[in-house]
Amino acid sequence: MPGLIFRRLLMVVPVLLGVSVIVFLVISLIPGDPARAILGTFATPENIADVTRQLGLDQPLPIQYVVWVSHLLHGDLGRSYILHKPVMDEIMARLFPTLLLAGAALVMASAGGILLGIVAAVRQNEWPDKLITISVLIGISTPSFWLGMLLILWFGVRLAWLPVGGMSEMFGGGGIGDIARHLLLPATTLAAVAGAVLVRLTRGAMLEVLRQDYVRTARAKGLTESRVIFVHAFRNALVGIIPVIGLQAGFVLGGAVYVETVFQWPGIGRMLVSAISTRDILLVQGGVLIVAAAYVLINLLTDLAQSLIDPRIRAS
Amino acid sequence: MSAPALNATMPARLSYPRDRPSAFARLTQNRMASFGLLLLSLIVVVVVAAPILPLAPPHVANVAQRLRPPLTPGHFLGTDQVGRDILSRLIWGTRLSLAVGVFAALIASLIGSAIGLLAAFRGGWIDTLLMRGIDMLMAFPYLLLALAIVAALGPGLVNAMIAITIVNVPFFARGVRGAALSIVRTDFMAAARLSGLSDARIVFWELLPNVMPGIVIGLSTTIGWMILETAGLSFLGLGAQPPQADLGGMLGEGRNLLQVAPHVATIPGLVILLLAIGINLIGDGLRDVLDPKLKSGGLARTHARTDAVSLEERSKGLPLPGAAARLPLAIRGLRTHFRIGRAIYAAVDGVDMAIAPGESVGIVGESGSGKTVTALSILGLVATPPGRIVGGEILHYGEELASATLSRLQEIRGRRIAYVFQDPQSTLNPLIRIGEQIAESIRRHQGKSAAEAMRLAVALLESVHIPDPEHKANAYPHELSGGQRQRVGIAIALANDPELIIADEPTTALDVTTQAQVLKLLNELRRERGAALLFISHDFGVIAAVCDRVHVMYGGRVVESGPVAEVLERPRHPYTQRLLACVPELGRRGRQVTPIPGLPPSTDALPPGCAFAPRCHRAAPRCSIGEITLDAVESDHYARCIRVNDA
Ligand code: SF4
Repeated sequence: MPGLIFRRLLMVVPVLLGVSVIVFLVISLIPGDPARAILGTFATPENIADVTRQLGLDQPLPIQYVVWVSHLLHGDLGRSYILHKPVMDEIMARLFPTLLLAGAALVMASAGGILLGIVAAVRQNEWPDKLITISVLIGISTPSFWLGMLLILWFGVRLAWLPVGGMSEMFGGGGIGDIARHLLLPATTLAAVAGAVLVRLTRGAMLEVLRQDYVRTARAKGLTESRVIFVHAFRNALVGIIPVIGLQAGFVLGGAVYVETVFQWPGIGRMLVSAISTRDILLVQGGVLIVAAAYVLINLLTDLAQSLIDPRIRAS
Repeated sequence: MSAPALNATMPARLSYPRDRPSAFARLTQNRMASFGLLLLSLIVVVVVAAPILPLAPPHVANVAQRLRPPLTPGHFLGTDQVGRDILSRLIWGTRLSLAVGVFAALIASLIGSAIGLLAAFRGGWIDTLLMRGIDMLMAFPYLLLALAIVAALGPGLVNAMIAITIVNVPFFARGVRGAALSIVRTDFMAAARLSGLSDARIVFWELLPNVMPGIVIGLSTTIGWMILETAGLSFLGLGAQPPQADLGGMLGEGRNLLQVAPHVATIPGLVILLLAIGINLIGDGLRDVLDPKLKSGGLARTHARTDAVSLEERSKGLPLPGAAARLPLAIRGLRTHFRIGRAIYAAVDGVDMAIAPGESVGIVGESGSGKTVTALSILGLVATPPGRIVGGEILHYGEELASATLSRLQEIRGRRIAYVFQDPQSTLNPLIRIGEQIAESIRRHQGKSAAEAMRLAVALLESVHIPDPEHKANAYPHELSGGQRQRVGIAIALANDPELIIADEPTTALDVTTQAQVLKLLNELRRERGAALLFISHDFGVIAAVCDRVHVMYGGRVVESGPVAEVLERPRHPYTQRLLACVPELGRRGRQVTPIPGLPPSTDALPPGCAFAPRCHRAAPRCSIGEITLDAVESDHYARCIRVNDA
């Protein structure tokens, strides 16, 4: 297992490199003088000269990239001239809320999605399956920003059960209970779509696995149906489900942009949206890079989880 | 893979579906897809007609009329914060969203398919380069990449559309490459290249039509996403800019009014939802129609046991049980049918057989003769759907198993009657250590502790001659050889000292030497423990080595039965005679093998009279009339043939 972790870690390096190249290239596509774009309204001739020198913007692209990466490796993503602080500081302050939101959503989506998917498969074509199938259809067709508003309208305004935003300070003294109450609605919103995808996938995977010969063997041993379903079938279905959970992490991290905006959650998504409208280019670049890196690492984890349950993957 | 017996029973039927309706006709037959089609057409008709509908101008503000609720006269859905008519903005906004989504999806599929085809067709470094690039793009959370692109290009509907298009290209490229690759590698493609067809011709005339269904399925899924995502960017203020508004833009404007005038935001969201539902329903329908793997019914959940009609109905007309109460197994008039669509396949159609304590009985026949389905019916292991026991009784010491409760059946399974399956590659659970796969059965039936059960499992591994059993108990099936896996299968069957072991072609997947060893082992162990054996094989030689009695099956029925030595020496049914002529005599090499001409019958269309008649060299006109019974030809030897006594 340690050897496997090491090999997987090695495989992550080129992916991270590729991600950094793409982030770098996308931003360097900006038409016009990049220094001027970075500085925006702060573009005095001295400032432009400063930034150009610091980021090597007068050099050819490959050199610019090397300069950028070497700064990156020292934890320097440049400076936001709109917020007047280093990009890294701003991102670090907002990373935890985003990961918390996305993590909670992913856990809810996986647990709920898998559970409902199993129920739908086991009760195929009966009313639970039909109900779940229709909910899934609605789930994957719902824009999360709209769902968020409906939840605010219903639980926050009509019933006034839960706070609808205003999570301005993550550790503002409310404690864990306060965070949890603020988290519930946005995490549910974010989990709905990802969960729907996982229900569908789990249902299909379970139906497929339940037809396999080893399930017949398990039944031939006289095992109870619940043991057949949960121990013999589900474990095999999980091998196919886990990588998709990894993919859903991408949807959740992306969807966090909407949900953070709707619920005014102090995370990276909302930061990105305002950074785009204020043309705070370096902040956008840094934010996208860090979230993408987090996504790559989450996929590393799901990869490892998959090889934990499947000895055939461990062996190869 | 799921039910080998089932597949073997009806290849002829499934590969030639009769008068297949067109894809569109099948799509409209799907109720959900028709609903989606209807929903989407309604929306499309309205938005296409927008310029000629009597709508208020969508961009003209009228502050005096601001924030009117729905159903206000003149403003059916009310007005927004500057008094614009919501219905009009909604219809124009839907028009914009739909156009943007469809256009973006088409462009993305075009570019993506081109990349995929190029990569698959050219291969080599072009393929590697393109696919590495695609992998990199896919390493991003989808929406973040779109955001980065919008950040670079600046907010605006066109830029948002470009961003959404770019992030969807990898999806198509990868899918199309995969589909095209499987075709590029066929001999047919190599032939096309050799024959000097131009590359363009091969790509557009041969490759493209074959990957088209995949592209259509991809399109139908992505249009929905793309509408949602473009709406999302507009919602964030990064897409359509005021006063122009698509559905997302309207939602974004309404967000700040959520508490005062919820309808301004909720109504556009509802339209996005309906649009997406319509598209997704059509997409699902298309996938069902175009992707044969997902054809409806192809993925039905198998039940815990085979369905059976009531015992009363099944036992109609059967003679009295007689000695059945003292036998570990007596099957009387068993009929197991499969229902596929409207066709019914009589896989087993009236089989009688009895097994005495300690006796070894064989069933021999070609694939599709119903021998495996007979064996699986005993403990209700035939997949339902589509299998169903429609007639006959299965008696275990007089207890009818097809009508026993599930929990009673589960007590008998693995405890009193145990199976050894064909192909241990697929019949052992790949994720569970083999020791545990044996021990769980012991724990289930003997209530032993985990440690005690594992100790017994190791002892069993030793008795089936697995070397180093302590250590091997921790191995996974893929770490064992085929022969070892089959021994594990036998150990599982022996785990609870059953009275009857049913072995279904247990040696077919093995090489000849291993085959002989496994056979010998199985026979020794079951004699030692006094278990009866029901042994199923297509190979008369194997049956002769293991069994006391044999039943020859053909077309779902027993056509001959008797003591093995007797049947071997004096086969009376023409089918048995032919079958025996196929077997190289044991121990003697070089004998000519004459295969039986013709194919086994498809059991949905059995001819009247003798099922073997079309292939029988002795067939006479009267063979194809009426029912032919299994009659005694000697004191203990039966044959189902009207010409047994003809010269
Ligand atoms: S009944 Fe007729 S067709 Fe059938 S096996 Fe006997 S001779 Fe052949």
